[in-house]
Amino acid sequence: MKRLTPYLLILPGGLWLAIFLVVPMVFMASVSTQEGNVVDGFAQTFNFANYTNTLALFQTQFLRSVGYGLAGTLIAIALAYPIAYWIAFRGGARKSTYLLLVLLPFFVSFVLRTVSWKFLLADEGIVLAPLKSLGVLPEDFHVLQTTVAVVGGLVYNYLPFMILPIYVALERVDPRSVEAAQDLYATRSAAFRKIVLPLSLPGVFAGVLMTFVPMTADYVNAGILGGPQNTMIGNIIQTKYLINNDYPSAAALSFTLMAAMLVGIFAYAKALGTENVLEAAAR
Amino acid sequence: MDIRTNPAFLRGMTTSRRDALKLAGMSAAALALAACGVEGKKAEAPKKDAVADFWAGKKQNGTLRFANWPLYIDKDGKDYPSLKMFEQDKGIKVSYTEAIQDNGSWFGKIQPQLAAGTDIGFDLMVMTNGNQLQRALSLGYLAPLDHSKLPNFAANAAQKVKNPAWDPNNTFTIPWTLGVTGIAYNPEFVDEVTSMNDLWNPKYKGKVGMMIDAQEIANFGMFALGIDPEKSKEADWRKAAAKLQEQRDAGLVRKYYENDYIDALVRGDIWITMAWSGDVFQQITEGKNLKFVVPQEGATIWSDNMCIPKTAQNPVDALALMDYVYQPKIATMLVEYINYITPVPATKDLVLADAAKAEGEDKEFLEQLASSPLIYPSEADLAKMRGYLMLDSKTDQLFESIFQPVTQG
Repeated sequence: MKRLTPYLLILPGGLWLAIFLVVPMVFMASVSTQEGNVVDGFAQTFNFANYTNTLALFQTQFLRSVGYGLAGTLIAIALAYPIAYWIAFRGGARKSTYLLLVLLPFFVSFVLRTVSWKFLLADEGIVLAPLKSLGVLPEDFHVLQTTVAVVGGLVYNYLPFMILPIYVALERVDPRSVEAAQDLYATRSAAFRKIVLPLSLPGVFAGVLMTFVPMTADYVNAGILGGPQNTMIGNIIQTKYLINNDYPSAAALSFTLMAAMLVGIFAYAKALGTENVLEAAAR
Repeated sequence: MDIRTNPAFLRGMTTSRRDALKLAGMSAAALALAACGVEGKKAEAPKKDAVADFWAGKKQNGTLRFANWPLYIDKDGKDYPSLKMFEQDKGIKVSYTEAIQDNGSWFGKIQPQLAAGTDIGFDLMVMTNGNQLQRALSLGYLAPLDHSKLPNFAANAAQKVKNPAWDPNNTFTIPWTLGVTGIAYNPEFVDEVTSMNDLWNPKYKGKVGMMIDAQEIANFGMFALGIDPEKSKEADWRKAAAKLQEQRDAGLVRKYYENDYIDALVRGDIWITMAWSGDVFQQITEGKNLKFVVPQEGATIWSDNMCIPKTAQNPVDALALMDYVYQPKIATMLVEYINYITPVPATKDLVLADAAKAEGEDKEFLEQLASSPLIYPSEADLAKMRGYLMLDSKTDQLFESIFQPVTQG
């Protein structure tokens, strides 16, 4: 019985993954090589051209999504690191309060938060109208339906996922190791570069995993805040699936996206010199 | 009129809410779809006695499950007055659900059950005469209507809603409401609009709203070129797509909107846009300075239609409600709340009669309603209006592959 215990413990989670991840994935993999339409039905013809055709047709949106994901992730690191650092080292007794504040936006629906940006950033809204009337901005200046709005929305929505893992990594840095470095005549910045930063990199890595992937696949921000030039691959998949009922193309696009992300993430892990991606992320 | 009873106010809130609901519902729909399998089965040609076959042995059960769009029926607090009257008159208990946020995700939700021949949980639903309804018709998902049980429809429905091209003789559907897709603009920034060409006017660069829906935008492209969309062919679609691409490449289009265009217009993000008549009417009655026109080249008329899924458990009860709402008295209650085009023209006099009895803002609102060309379009305007193009499953894919690169490039 004792030997069985670990297996019994992973059973609920394992079943969850099997039923809600593996089964749908197998199903979608099968759909992705089918041909047909919703009225006449779809038949399995192992039509791998679904992959090449959709990729050729939507490579712009693919590259754009990856670009937005990268830009969003970099901005998120730049914003999140100082916040996480401050909470970890200067947060004092109120650390948990600050963490709660970071998480507070999650108490409001993702979509509603994004929609509220439309009101904040409207051309004649509460932010832009005063600046325009002061002459700081030209009359035809706008933020909505620009790349800035979409990437901004992505960063805003996924920022906590970057802050939290970096915070966890920084929190674990033993302050005595920094003191030791300073005892050994390291300057403050050298101590940061040689001690704190390397120790916090696994947190950054986990943060990148948790933000880059959902940002790249996101369709809500481009749908609500974007314009004609901001369509992301997620929007295309959504249209293919729900409007056109073209399930094979949608499935093929999803798998291409997934494969691209996996390759990207592993390449990134390798470049970072991380021995084991999952272990680093788990730390 | 206070906030609680002012339908215009409530409707004014729908766009962002619908938006939100729709996005939230999407993941659920996607899951449902993933599990559905992807069988399709074309309906056989309708048999002559299909109606008799379907209705044979069906009885009134005293309950009705009605799926409709948000804020699409008269409401008083928690009650639906017209449904309450129906319940009292016919002894049928109605469970009314605002279950439909958009045609795409709704079709995604019900398709697996209908393909499997099982109950979708509703006996009556409202769908727009677009692609999804077309698919439901081709797949034989809808019950043929027994018109001998629809005397009020025969007597009171406007001639223009009878026998639509996409559902000859109203075999499967009758309209709940109708609407027009025309041009709305803010006269503060835009000179008087009479023509489609104003959507291509470089003066309004970056301030033009277009719709993301392939059929909506295709019709406008074709109107602009003087093509009748109902009779258009592939070559016409390509010309229209090129015309629309030109508008996009010139940087005129701010965004290809879903139903959030009306917020953008009200907030001033856009000055001129493709728009649905009812949305604009509601904003105007709230005092917004907006105008709606049917351009000289034409505009699109569409209808949201009541239909009975073939797996309905209470089809007789559903048919009873379909006919009930075609009584002018009931149709008046509906139009006074919904503010879209009613299929019952006789309601106009009843709205005016209500206006005569009302006072203050209520009176003003009802008078505006009765005299509005957005609710009761003129014959001249109606003559310029065309429906969506009917597409079968093959041309459907071709059509979308021509227009979606414009809206989602």
